[in-house]
Order: sequence, then C-alpha cells, then structure tokens
Amino acid sequence: MMKQIRELSREEYLLKGHIACAGCGLAISLRLLFKALGNKVIMVVPACCTSVIPGPFPYTSFAVPVQNMLFETAASTASGVVAALRQRGVKDVTVVSWAGDGGTFDIGIQALSGAVERETNFIYICYDNEAYGNTGIQRSGATPYGAWTTTTPTGKRQRKKDMAFIMAAHRIPYVATACPSYPMDFINKVRKAKEIKGSKFIHLLAPCPTGWRYDTSKTVEIGRLAVQTGMWVLFEIEYGKFKLNPPSDRLVDKAKRKPVKEYLALQGRFRTLKEGDIEKIQKWVDEDWERYRKLASSSVSDFALHGKI
Amino acid sequence: MVQTVIDTANHIAAYAAKAARVQVVAAYPITPQTSIVERIAEMVESGEMKAEYIRVESEHSAMAACIGAAAGGVRTFTATSSHGLALMHEALHWASGSRLPIIMPVVNRALGPGWNIWADLTDSLSQRDTGWIQFYCADNQEVFDTIIQAYKLCENERVLLPAMICSEAFILSHTYMPVEIPDQERIDEFLPSYKPKWFLDVNNPFSHGNIVPPEWYMEFRYMIHEAMENAKQLIPEIDKEYGKYFGFEHGGLVEKYRCEDADLILLTMGTLGSEAKTAVDNLRKEGLKIGTARVRVFRPFPKEEIRKLAENTQMFTIINRAISFGMEGFLTEETKAALYNQKDRPLIAGFIAGLGGRDVSFKTIEKIAKKSAEWMQKGEVEKEIVWVDLKE
Repeated sequence: MMKQIRELSREEYLLKGHIACAGCGLAISLRLLFKALGNKVIMVVPACCTSVIPGPFPYTSFAVPVQNMLFETAASTASGVVAALRQRGVKDVTVVSWAGDGGTFDIGIQALSGAVERETNFIYICYDNEAYGNTGIQRSGATPYGAWTTTTPTGKRQRKKDMAFIMAAHRIPYVATACPSYPMDFINKVRKAKEIKGSKFIHLLAPCPTGWRYDTSKTVEIGRLAVQTGMWVLFEIEYGKFKLNPPSDRLVDKAKRKPVKEYLALQGRFRTLKEGDIEKIQKWVDEDWERYRKLASSSVSDFALHGKI
Repeated sequence: MVQTVIDTANHIAAYAAKAARVQVVAAYPITPQTSIVERIAEMVESGEMKAEYIRVESEHSAMAACIGAAAGGVRTFTATSSHGLALMHEALHWASGSRLPIIMPVVNRALGPGWNIWADLTDSLSQRDTGWIQFYCADNQEVFDTIIQAYKLCENERVLLPAMICSEAFILSHTYMPVEIPDQERIDEFLPSYKPKWFLDVNNPFSHGNIVPPEWYMEFRYMIHEAMENAKQLIPEIDKEYGKYFGFEHGGLVEKYRCEDADLILLTMGTLGSEAKTAVDNLRKEGLKIGTARVRVFRPFPKEEIRKLAENTQMFTIINRAISFGMEGFLTEETKAALYNQKDRPLIAGFIAGLGGRDVSFKTIEKIAKKSAEWMQKGEVEKEIVWVDLKE
C-alpha cells in the first residue's frame, strides 16, 4: 500500500492539452488512475465528459489505447476486449471501463449488471458528477435529492440510487467508493482492484464546478466536505466484507461528522432546497450511517446476506 | 477430407464459424436464430471450437462485445434476427464506422407487432444504411460458403467492413439440406488467420472513435463508401476463387438463371430466387422468354450488373419479401434508382409477397410472371405495387 504521493510514478499518461473544465474532478481522477496503473491499460470510454476532454481527432491527450464507445456499452465492450486479450494470450494488461454516472446508473446499468454477472475480469470505474455533465447538467439517477439541474430547475425530488450496494448485491469480489480529494485512498483501491480476478467496481465521487455551481478552486475542498459531512462515504466491500476506510471510519459517531449544511451551502445547485429539505437530507445521512455502522461491525462475509440489515 | 452433412442452415452457420476459426462469439438468443449459438456453445464447451463465448444479456451488448473483441484484434462472430437486429441498430453503425470485420448471420424474421417469427426480409433491409455489407442466401450450402467468403472479403485491407449473412427464417434456418464442408486445411489455406492492421495495443496506443470535427468527418464517411465500392469489385473475385478451391460458386453479386435471351426477368432475393428458377423452367415450356436474377448482395448494391441485365430485356418483375412503408419493396426502389439515368429502361413491376412467412411457391411466382407478361405485351405497368394474395 502506498502512503505518500511522492511514492507515485512521475510518468503522465493523461497528457497536457486536454480540454476539461477548470477544476474538473474527473480529470484529476483520471491522472491519478494512470499513476496507479501505469500504461499497461486499455480504456473503454462510453459517451461522457471523457469522450470530449481528450480533444478532437487527429489529437488525443490519452497516452494509452482507448476504445471510445456507445453510451450504454462501457461494460459490454470491455467484455469483448477482455475476451480478445485472452485469445491473444495477453496477461499483463488491465481493462478499465471509465464511465460517467449517466452511463452507469441509467443507460448502461443493464450492460454493467450483465458484464459483472458474467464475472468479466475488468475494473469498472464510475466517475460520478451527479448529472449528465457533457450535455449540460441534466438530472440522472445519481443526482442527489434537492439538486438543481437543467431538467430539474426547481430541484430533484427523488433520492440518488445506492449504486455501490447495487453492485455489491451482484456478489462481485470488489466494490469500493473513492473521491479524488483523498488521492492515496483512490490509488490504493485501484491497485488492489487490479490484483483481484473478476469484476471490480469503483464508485468515485467527482466534484464538478460547472454542474454543482461552486468556484473552480474548491474541488478538493468540496470532495473533502462530502466525506466529512458523511454525505459521501469511503468504504470497500471485499469478497462481501464491508469495511469503512479513513477518514470515514472515524465518522461513525454522529458528533464527529460535520452537519450536511456545510457541504450543501457551498454549492449553487442546492440553492433551490426548500424548507425542511436540509433536515430531511441530514436524517437520511444519519440513517445511512446507522446501516454502515451495523455492516462494519458484522462478520457476515457475503454482502448479499446483509439484505435484512 | 470433404464431409457431407445433412443439417439446418443454422447449424451449418455454426459449423462455418468453427471452420473460420472464429475467436470470439458474443450472442443473445432470439428465435429463429438461437440454434446457431446453441450449437456454437456446445462446440465451445466440448473444446471442439477454440473460441471465447460471451453470453451477453442483450443483442445491443452482443454487438458492443463484438466491437470490443474485434478492436482487440481477433476474429469475431455473432448472429441475430428481427428485433434483436433492431436493438443492435445503433451499434451496427459503430461497428462499420470503426471498420471492424465482424461477421453476423441474420436469420430474417418479421418484426412485430403482432409477434411473428416467420420469414420476412424487412429486418435486415431496414438496416441498409448502417454501412454493413449484406449477403442474402438461397440455400444452406451458400450460407456456409458465404460466411467463409465474407471473412476473406471483410478482412481485406481495401474493405474492413462488417457483413450480415442473411437467410430466411425456417425456410432455411430449420430446414435440413445436404451441405459439403470442405477440408479444414484447405479452408485455412483459403482463409488464413486474421492479422489486423490495428488493434488495442498498449505498445502502440491509439484512441479509436474519439471526436471527429466537421473538417474530417466527411473523409471518414467517404472511406466507408469507397470500401463498399472495393467490396463490389472483390465479391465476384472471391466467389470465383472459392469456386476454384471448393467447387461452389454463387453468382458473385447477382446469380443469373436463363437471362441471356429473356424478355422478362424476375428479380428476387434469398430463397425466392430458388423458387423462381422452377417457375422460369415451367414458363419457358409454355414459350415465355423468361429468366431470373437473384440479387445476392444488397449492399454494396450491384448497380452495374443490374444495368447490364436491363440492356437486353423488356421488363423487370421484382418480387419483395419486404416492404418499405409508404414507398415500395426495397429491391424495387433500388433497381429503379440504379436505372434512372439509363437511356433505355425496361418496364418495372414491383410485387410484395410472402411477408411474415406466408408461403410463396413457384406457382405463386408463375402467377406473378404471367400478370407481368400481360403488362409487357401492353407496354404498360398497370399497377405500381401489387400485394400478392392479399385478403381484401
């Protein structure tokens, strides 16, 4: 396990000149991903912000092979790539599907479910900016309750899907959450996933200044607040066993968590919150934490058996 | 050693995939295609076929997985029908645009509603503009031979496009016929292993399919069109070469039967072409100078051959087991379009017959031919589209 940023390779495989927005959480994460994996990686990128930010033909800012693909096919395409590598006898290359929340929670969930049920040997990373960012911030199944988007101008009235748990219910060997504000946590999870055979799913919260309406200098801070308020929780489910990771593991006691208001107040997208909404969100967060507390203290090793908790 | 087997076109298609040494198969079940991928599953699990078999959760994922596998540099195969093909639609464009030589038998079946599992070519014909080469077969031997030929064609650097190998539901898919399967060594000689010009390779990283701005997009489309034109040239050559190797030829782009001196030519596709031969023989006995031409390849469309056929004949009668609603049969449309700039054009009559698996026997075709002969005598086509045996 790596402890410090300075242990990382100085090689860059996300090259200069990409056209992501200033302060883009996914661009930071992508750079970290390559720091974790090196260049023995094939990327499958469906329609999402990442299909735009490398820049147009004949240029690209990716220094690894990339198959750009249809919106709902991040996982199904990877199945084909993995099969081809096996036929060609290539063993030292990691296949990574790198998809946004729209391509994961919504249009691509069927293909993702199918690919992991087939035990496809790949890492699927959902970088979640909680809206369709590339098309100009429309609501997705990952948009949190109360958030403004261009298709929920008065705020979304439904809660976000619990995607990591949906994936855990597939009984895959590794599910983890991450956030680029905690780079070593993310890098170590990617490196761990690489060593595990089968389907690995990493759910990465990628703060988006454009969609979330905050100053571009505050991406890392927003990500930290998401974790410190307990609205985003760093955990992993390895072979069915749930474990909280630092610093989330120190936040089980409600008194240790900052109020969700601190996270919400910094973002313009939550300006449409109605009376009582903040209390409602706080209550849901606290309820979720009660579940995490029970899971973390359980010795059950098959996550799917946790259904009753 | 050449082996004669008696089997259905679906099983024959599976044997062709094996003979082609396909490396990745990704497929989803749909009637009447299913027995292709069932037989492949059996052969893969018994070790008889050394392929990866991805049991995807939809046809859309089947095509996506094939794209991933083909981009990964291996020979790739899938099969589908009807709604399965329709569900793939978006990915069909991506496959051809990525210039990947994926081969896909399509067992032609009607689209719903109402549910109908029988023969109808509208499913694949409505995928006409996806950039896929389309072959239509008339018997089980042709299904086998065309799959082998198609890999050779599509993997050619001048083509690099995917192809559909179409055969009609039940009429071929579930009908037993004798088929000669050539010796594997000879097949390997005819179709060497796949050596892709590019593939996803960490030692030579490329980005495939990223954004292409207006100043480049047209050039990529032009290259696809050019590849289709190249295919048009190569298909007859490969068919002939295959004939030299294995003794079977299927007419290249258009299989012609008794057309040399014909005043009236029946244009067909698929098994209607076999049925039409019987009708032609019978009508010849009655003194009608008639022939038939089966369009074996619909994309690229054999414009030049159609024009050549049109030079010495008075009339084309076109029988379509498909309909483009609000216009006419696809083959009628395309034939008319191919002839528009010709000085002397034959009369053209379009018939719609056999949709959703309704039987079209040689007798039906004789009836169609006789009606056409009447119009030919008068020098006028009285009805632009005739729906054969329609209950009114």
